[in-house]
Amino acid sequence: MIKIQDLTKNFGPKTAVNGISFTVERGEVLGFLGPNGAGKSTTMRMVTGFIPPTSGRIQTGEYDMLAQPIQAKRLIGYLPENAPLYSDMTVHGFLSFAAEARGLRGGERQKAVARAIELCFLERVVHQSIDTLSKGYRHRACFAQAIIHDPPILIMDEPTDGLDPNQKFEMRSLIRRMGEKKTIIFSTHILEEVDAACTRAIVIDHGRIVANGTPAELKRQAEGAGTVLIRVAGLTAAALRQTLDPLAAARKTAIVEETPGGVCARVFPQTKDSDGALARALFEIAVKSSWKLEELHTEEGRLDEVFRAITLSDTAKEGRQ
Amino acid sequence: MNSFGNILTIAKRELNGYFASPVAYVFIVIFLLLIGFFTFMVGGFFDRGEASLVSFFMWHPWLYLFLVPAVGMRLWSEERRQGTIELLLTMPITAWQAIVGKFLAAWAILALSLLLTLPIVLTVRYLGSPDMGAIFCGYVGSLLLAGACLSISSMTSAMSRNQVVSFIVSVVACLSLILAGWPPVTKMLEQWASPWLVEAVAAFSVMTHFDAFQRGVLDSKDFIFFVLVMAFSLFTTSVIIRGHRAG
Ligand SMILES: Nc1ncnc2c1ncn2[C@@H]1O[C@H](COP(=O)(O)OP(=O)(O)OP(=O)(O)O)[C@@H](O)[C@H]1O
Ligand SMILES: [Mg+2]
Repeated sequence: MIKIQDLTKNFGPKTAVNGISFTVERGEVLGFLGPNGAGKSTTMRMVTGFIPPTSGRIQTGEYDMLAQPIQAKRLIGYLPENAPLYSDMTVHGFLSFAAEARGLRGGERQKAVARAIELCFLERVVHQSIDTLSKGYRHRACFAQAIIHDPPILIMDEPTDGLDPNQKFEMRSLIRRMGEKKTIIFSTHILEEVDAACTRAIVIDHGRIVANGTPAELKRQAEGAGTVLIRVAGLTAAALRQTLDPLAAARKTAIVEETPGGVCARVFPQTKDSDGALARALFEIAVKSSWKLEELHTEEGRLDEVFRAITLSDTAKEGRQ
Repeated sequence: MNSFGNILTIAKRELNGYFASPVAYVFIVIFLLLIGFFTFMVGGFFDRGEASLVSFFMWHPWLYLFLVPAVGMRLWSEERRQGTIELLLTMPITAWQAIVGKFLAAWAILALSLLLTLPIVLTVRYLGSPDMGAIFCGYVGSLLLAGACLSISSMTSAMSRNQVVSFIVSVVACLSLILAGWPPVTKMLEQWASPWLVEAVAAFSVMTHFDAFQRGVLDSKDFIFFVLVMAFSLFTTSVIIRGHRAG
């Protein structure tokens, strides 16, 4: 549905986006991650046709954004960063304008406006002037504008910024629901959202893609991914070590804490994708030795760890150059 | 047809904005107050003892000089400052349609204020028998002059996201277009420049063409001049907008 090839954007001597390529299909929700100034917003602005790329191709649906911008823009709903709005209008007036600009007229337009108001929980402020709205409601009004024409492609720059926890939750489930039938790209700094809403995530740093995969794939890159945490009551650290050291599936054992009541340890697997083999092996040992097992689970790996590892190492590299 | 619909959508939103904020009302009231003051108090409308609107139309360029940039300065600076330009230009609307739509809406406000001066026409009709053709020409000229100044404001407002800067640049640009053909200035120029140069400069002035309308001459040459000024300025607006999107 969206195909980006070698997208590059220079602002004067500065390269904001540097040769990004990716595709997103219908039914996919793509999360855009990256530190501040990585080039997420710039990429989205190019994909939505707001700024022309220095070089590269943008294919939306069957249209090329640079050759047929009007047809391409019809397919897209866009929520820009910071949710800009015409502050001199009421919410209803603004949404009517957005619908009309999208080519909806008469009854069709009214229906679209009513639907957007309902989906975004805007009933309470329909006739309020936009410059008196709170930040969260401004955000929702701008989001309503993005979905007013039920676009097949939805591009959102930090859609949950400024929303309260309930609204964040609503927004995530809305994204997930809409993602089943649409093509969605959204950027965020909240890593749980990647788990909660995305089918795939791309990490951008310094204008380049540094990681691209499903949330599970990304998490597997974490240092702690695949390690097994084990907690046994009435056992000393030394006894635990002695039992586990000969284990072939384990690379090493690190004691997390030792108390008079027992011991807690992290066991590192020999290979990263052992798929629970290590935990099963540990469980068998525990049964054989009649340990009083309190806890046993395989760590999934944490996204923030991965994020830090990828983007920090990259920053360090840039610094050395 | 579709592009006409888009222009109309933009223009409607703009008009909505003008009347939702005090901009339109303030402009209309100030325009009417000032034009009344100059026509009757300074221009000596009654003392002239003639049934014409010369003392009315002669003030229009000077009022437009300050009032039109005040309306036009927000056209694009406001859009850039609020970031709504990002919404506008990612809708299936061309930049050109947006520029024309916004321009037409602001021009409609100016036209409306001009329309509200009609009582002054009724007054001269009541007092004597004026040349209605000349008065009609005067109004056409005035509307075109307002449009020309507005298109220049549109251009300067695209240059800066600061409205004050855009206002000042616009006033200066309009002023030079007015002064280039203003008799006191042309007389001064004649003393040291060759006549043909003065002629050429004056031909670029809105005053020369505005005066032709005031004399009751409806010449296509003057008409085309104003249309060209507007087309050029609006085209430049689109170039500037494309320029800062390109970064
Ligand atoms: N119009 C512009 N002119 C010059 N530089 C720009 C412009 N827009 C963006 N940049 C630069 O491009 C880089 C990428 O900016 P961008 O807004 O895409 O970052 P981002 O990933 O969205 O960051 P954030 O998480 O803070 O929103 C930044 O270094 C920024 O300063
Ligand atoms: Mg951003």
